[in-house]
Amino acid sequence: MSPPGRQSPLKGLDYSVVQQCMHCGLCLPTCPTYDATKLERNSPRGRIALMRAVADDRLTPSKAFAEEMYFCLGCLACMTACPAGVNYAELFENARAEAEQSGVLDSPRRTLLRTLVLKWLFGDLRRLRFVGALLRFYQRWGLQAFVRRSGVLRLMPPRLQELEAMTPVVQPRVSSQLIAPLTPAQGTRRFRVAVLTGCAQDLMFSDVNRDTVEVLARNGCEVFTPARQVCCGSLHAHNGELDQARDQARRQIDLLPPDQFDAIITNAAGCGSHLKHYSALLSDDPRYAQLAKAWDGKVKDIHEWLAMIGIEPPQGRLNPESRVTYHEACHLCHGQKITTQPRQVLRAVPGVTLVELPESTWCCGSAGIYNLIQPEMAGQLLDRKVGHILSTEVDTVATGNPGCLLQVRQGMSQRGKAVRVVHPVTLLAEAYRRERA
Amino acid sequence: MADTLQRTARLQKIVGADQVLTSPEDLLSYSFDGTAAMQQLPGVVVMVSSTEHVRDVLRLANELGCPVVTRGSGTGLSGGSLPVPNCIVLCTARMNRILEVDAANLTLMAEPGVTTQAIAEAAASVGLFYPPDPGSMKISTIGGNVAENSGGLRGLKYGVTRNYVMGLEVVLPDGEVLWTGNKCVKDVAGYSLRDLFIGSEGTLGVMTKVLLRLIPKPAAKRTLVATFDAMDRAAQTVSDIIAARIIPCTLEFLDRTTIHCVEDFAKVGLPLNCEALLLMETDGHPVVVAEEAAQMEAIARAQGCMEIRVAQTEAEAQQLSTARRSAFSALARLAPTTILEDATVPRSELARMIRFVAEVAKKYRLRVGTFGHMGDGNLHPTFLTDERNLDEMHRVEEAFKEIFEEAIRLGGTITGEHGVGLAKKSFLPRFAGDAQMRVLRELRKALDPSGLLNPGKMFDPAKGPA
Repeated sequence: MSPPGRQSPLKGLDYSVVQQCMHCGLCLPTCPTYDATKLERNSPRGRIALMRAVADDRLTPSKAFAEEMYFCLGCLACMTACPAGVNYAELFENARAEAEQSGVLDSPRRTLLRTLVLKWLFGDLRRLRFVGALLRFYQRWGLQAFVRRSGVLRLMPPRLQELEAMTPVVQPRVSSQLIAPLTPAQGTRRFRVAVLTGCAQDLMFSDVNRDTVEVLARNGCEVFTPARQVCCGSLHAHNGELDQARDQARRQIDLLPPDQFDAIITNAAGCGSHLKHYSALLSDDPRYAQLAKAWDGKVKDIHEWLAMIGIEPPQGRLNPESRVTYHEACHLCHGQKITTQPRQVLRAVPGVTLVELPESTWCCGSAGIYNLIQPEMAGQLLDRKVGHILSTEVDTVATGNPGCLLQVRQGMSQRGKAVRVVHPVTLLAEAYRRERA
Repeated sequence: MADTLQRTARLQKIVGADQVLTSPEDLLSYSFDGTAAMQQLPGVVVMVSSTEHVRDVLRLANELGCPVVTRGSGTGLSGGSLPVPNCIVLCTARMNRILEVDAANLTLMAEPGVTTQAIAEAAASVGLFYPPDPGSMKISTIGGNVAENSGGLRGLKYGVTRNYVMGLEVVLPDGEVLWTGNKCVKDVAGYSLRDLFIGSEGTLGVMTKVLLRLIPKPAAKRTLVATFDAMDRAAQTVSDIIAARIIPCTLEFLDRTTIHCVEDFAKVGLPLNCEALLLMETDGHPVVVAEEAAQMEAIARAQGCMEIRVAQTEAEAQQLSTARRSAFSALARLAPTTILEDATVPRSELARMIRFVAEVAKKYRLRVGTFGHMGDGNLHPTFLTDERNLDEMHRVEEAFKEIFEEAIRLGGTITGEHGVGLAKKSFLPRFAGDAQMRVLRELRKALDPSGLLNPGKMFDPAKGPA
């Protein structure tokens, strides 16, 4: 699949990154896969040992190596735990790229699927919107209900049945139908910001995007939300396609030149964690290296930004009042070290009682597309998460990432629990809306 | 090759096919422990989950004449669980059940793979206390703690792992299962074999159950941080505290280099403008705690400390000791290879030893971060180097030789809590002397005549015909 003579991603890394792990083992208890199996190979320390062995030519990338890299959730809990400051995120992306480049996992079906999803679907978001519209049609016009009732699904392989059950509900409108390209600030304009509407977020959570824009405008931000956006490339970087990830990054920067905004806002943790590292991704690109640095400085998670500029206390109150717990998306708490700000947002909402969630920073199993490719491990993690959520006896779970929203929603509906799962910003937007009521 | 396949097949019969690991990816993952710059691939890794598994694996190893290295979480710092060529790594990480908490007798029975943290939490859940707290307690296993006789931050007042082991189930090298000890506080029937296995570094048997002593949880605790513009002042503060007949549960120090690394990671607001930092903790009856804390504060001030901070909440105290626990790993921020030792001297010689370490580092042109347990004389000089720089690695070795010599000269020891393993094997004969070495060798030979358990660790058998 890869052209011969191409540089190995792991060997291409600065050796100090590979060498940084001193194998003390302090990451082990925070790693969900090690916790489940107690096998050293399934731990960050073990995986880094394998990556280093590849970089040192002591191991050729094998199928087992590649599978191990895809068994890792990429939750980055190990980075929070690591006193030595190992850059696991960079190692992990390059290890998956190594796996892809070596072709050990290739099969006609996998290659087709990857090309279809990574290159075709997420390479141009108009196609994603088109597929979303089809899905919406399937769901809206009773087809899904009909298919589910008819028993046709039972004729399909069990895996496909599971996947069908997981199809997320597509919103009736995409972001550009809900949000004007330019939303003026309410009151005095304090800042000029851009909002990234995302890819999956745009289809499944365009309402969260609308809430984000409303909240920003209410807090004195003039909001620029281009109707046509590009994928940030996180999906590609996490799935071994670093070259395409670089391409997406360049297109993103072209679309929203960082010098034109005070901040570039994302409300999806997984995207934010990636968006803030364009400078590392494009460090060898003479045209974009400097721009990427400026870009990294401007990208802000919505909670982070609101906490920075100060949240206008809403005059409205949630009705009915709500007992809320907060599940920390891995790529917020581990990937971006944002832990207090989302709680600040929630506490700012009149009518919200915030209850702490046990193991709030433990991965829910969503992890990008992990729940699709590693359903068993993802299911175990979801069970654990749901158990903790139910122990808090809340009516609402708040979390700042579309993957987590979908995963936790599915966990709740599987168990027939009427717990609402929302983005924190949605609760704040509701309180602001009630000001007008 | 045929032998290897046969061994694998027979191991699979004992523990089940998926519990025997032979792939290059698995073997690589078990080719190291927490020790720097040491690596060795094992022949095979076996995940055991019962005493019977351990017994059968050891019987098979005897039959095949195959060495066995026991491993828990692999956080050791002396190479104790580093594989030897073609060995069976016997991993106890999945033997992780707490079997009993006996609140009437203040004991806890656990399998060897339970983490130290889980033991501490189980004790705390019934209002009891398990004091030993090695730096890696979040993941280190109790089996490993007993095998290495691990210490920790509370050694000064509460002692080390040995002081909390009441009984052990041990599988002997020939596969026989032995129980030593019980729930009685007093027991003088026969030699204390239990004490022989504690700190035996996986050379005399494999522990499969550990009976631990618990104590009542102290009612109160206070944590203080004092900073100094000179290491000597910190050391003198410690001496003065001991001279005032105060035994705090913790008296830890960090030097400037270590403080910066720890703060960089933990962000707990450690002052960065000082040369030395003391972390002091007293626990016990609330009245005593208040009095001792006030006395320690006064002593530190009398020594001209720059600043003193008292932790206001339990969470803050917890943060500070967790930050201290990260010291060793945090030093790795500065260099690719961090080589740490645990030379220990009588408390009265501590200030002199710290000065000596600094001089040696200068002499050999090495970067060093020093921290450790000032209250019990247990130092952790950590050299910051790069294992690929052979010249510097050689200088590190020379520096350690001098440090160990000095420790011995001052009446100290070559290892306070990490064990001999491979890292300090060459220094043991000089430290222990001929008579001790003879008895050590004879003991080991009596229990493990074929030399199957962790061969090459701690010391080699006597040369020549036995």
